[in-house]
Amino acid sequence: MKPSAKTRRDWTLNAVVLALFALFLWWGDGSMARDMGWNWLPARLNGYQVQILNLVAVYGILALSLNLIYGFTGMFSLGHAGFMAIGAYMSALCVLPAAQKEIMWLIEPIAWPFSVLHTPFWISVLLGGLAAALMALVIGFPVLRLGGDYLGIATLGFAEIIRVLIVNLTPITNGSLGIKGLPAHTTLLTSYLWLFLVLFGMVRLLNSNFGNVLKAVRDDEVAAQVMGIDVFRSKLFSFCLGAFLAGVGGALLGNLLTTIDPKMFNFQLTFNILMIVVAGGLGSLTGSILGSVIITVLLEWLRVVESPLDLGVFTIPGIPGMRMVVFSVVLLIIILYRREGIMGMREITWDGIFGLCGRLRRPRGRAGTGTDTDGEGRA
Amino acid sequence: MSLDLFLQHFLNALTLGSLYGLIAIGYTMVYGILRLINFAHGDILMLGAYFVFYGISTFLLPWPLAVVVAILGASLMGVLVDRIAYKPLRDAPRISALISAIAVSFFLESLGVVVFSGLPRPMHQPEWLVSIITVGGTRFMPLTLIVPAVTALLVLLLLWVVYHTRPGLAMRAISRDIETTRMLGVSVDKIIALTFGIGSALAAASGIMWALRYPQINPYMGVVPGFKAFIAAVFGGIGSIQGAVVGGLILGFIEIMTVAFLPPLSGYRDAFAFILLVVILLVKPTGLFGEKQEDKI
Repeated sequence: MKPSAKTRRDWTLNAVVLALFALFLWWGDGSMARDMGWNWLPARLNGYQVQILNLVAVYGILALSLNLIYGFTGMFSLGHAGFMAIGAYMSALCVLPAAQKEIMWLIEPIAWPFSVLHTPFWISVLLGGLAAALMALVIGFPVLRLGGDYLGIATLGFAEIIRVLIVNLTPITNGSLGIKGLPAHTTLLTSYLWLFLVLFGMVRLLNSNFGNVLKAVRDDEVAAQVMGIDVFRSKLFSFCLGAFLAGVGGALLGNLLTTIDPKMFNFQLTFNILMIVVAGGLGSLTGSILGSVIITVLLEWLRVVESPLDLGVFTIPGIPGMRMVVFSVVLLIIILYRREGIMGMREITWDGIFGLCGRLRRPRGRAGTGTDTDGEGRA
Repeated sequence: MSLDLFLQHFLNALTLGSLYGLIAIGYTMVYGILRLINFAHGDILMLGAYFVFYGISTFLLPWPLAVVVAILGASLMGVLVDRIAYKPLRDAPRISALISAIAVSFFLESLGVVVFSGLPRPMHQPEWLVSIITVGGTRFMPLTLIVPAVTALLVLLLLWVVYHTRPGLAMRAISRDIETTRMLGVSVDKIIALTFGIGSALAAASGIMWALRYPQINPYMGVVPGFKAFIAAVFGGIGSIQGAVVGGLILGFIEIMTVAFLPPLSGYRDAFAFILLVVILLVKPTGLFGEKQEDKI
């Protein structure tokens, strides 16, 4: 079957946007000016902006993975920090050279397979994801039989158990000292490559028949079962895939921050990701991306309220900790007044964007529907 | 292990267990009525402890008065939390209310950091509560006995309220069927507010005793006890007050006794509760005293 003109248009536009974005990233981290010797380019983004862009990508991956588990399959899982911790630790153990690990494990020498393990960054990220997926498989068998908020509490408990294990398994994890000096492998190109791979894979998955199966399970488990869907296996698959992506996200985060420790992977982290998903819209991929942009930037921008504000005549002193107060109030307002998030279950599509443009040009004319429930474009 | 040492551990476990039980009651009552895990419950406990701290240090109240004021204040906060964050979501999907509860919890914690500062504060301990008494070879503080006694008293009082008063009857009716109860002319919202008030008062009482037992308070002090108490509530059978108390006691004994008999496991202490939770959810999801609920299709 030949793709319709509309599909071809969407693919072309997607490719154009992707190419432009890649150019932007190439310029942004300074490698364009360096590689091509173009000194006339405007100054590159500074380290802080690059870091925020990276965080947006990593949080985007994490939000997509939680959205797969919760938004598309309807399993309320609060164990994301646990999967991320597994991914981050596994990849850190793989990516560090043996000599460096020997120096760092002060309390107890590092245990055998990890003491000699040394893999390239790509493989270590994949291994991190696989380790998380394996763990999800192990715990999925018992806990996915639970429903609703019980599942949330059980997965939350699981994440806590992982954290306690990390603190105590000193020969493997270096205990509460954490692992420092990870190579900063997560650059703009790698993080966004991962983000787009994940996004593309999720779009394909969710538009496939299996995506419909997952949505059926979410909407009504009993009805799905009656239709002959193996509910448990679908849930387990979605849970493991989500955990894999969470592990990948954790691995990228570890290599971005270059240091990991057990305290980092607490409930707050899960909460932040949950909030991105909820704010963006449960069951909306583009919503998750949008949410991660907004929440990450908001969290950084809110640092303003913590620093002193100089009004010339007098200075308003900064209030440390105010950032999280404002953040939680914003989220409370979202959940109270716009429960479905920014996007609801809709997606940003090219149709939607053109429709919007058309409506803006002809205010009284009837334009197409602004959005589409299962479109695939990404602006 | 000598008998004296065992007795000492026993008393510690009893204290910890009753504190868990007291917090668990709040979870179980709210869950029984609204099917909502009130994540903010642990933070109400923190507020109770801070109210006592400021009552004594800033407003120079005598200790008993500060405790009473703190319990009333925390109880009011519980009602406010319900009014602002949960009431608008009564008809929403349950998960929305749960997320709202998590947001409120983070709000109270970060507000605590802003208002009370993140520094741990010392808690004033009246001398007569903490002077060590030695009976035989067992050394303990009067507090270790007073905590279980106060807990028992509060639980008896609560059971009387729930089973022998009209508001208690309304509470039980709501937990059966909220719509029918509303149709029968019970002002459901008032009863729910009352439930939050009672639960929060118990949490505050528990928080104050917690702060006396472990005399350092910080804005995040309620998180871990809160989670564990919730687990105790699930263990005892969510919705059942007796179950919450029993679950709390069992959890307290497991934590103290495992570490006492198997010291190498002490690093894993915080994981026991969660392991217990996963096990109980898999083996008997309704808990010890819970009633089985059939899913309607």
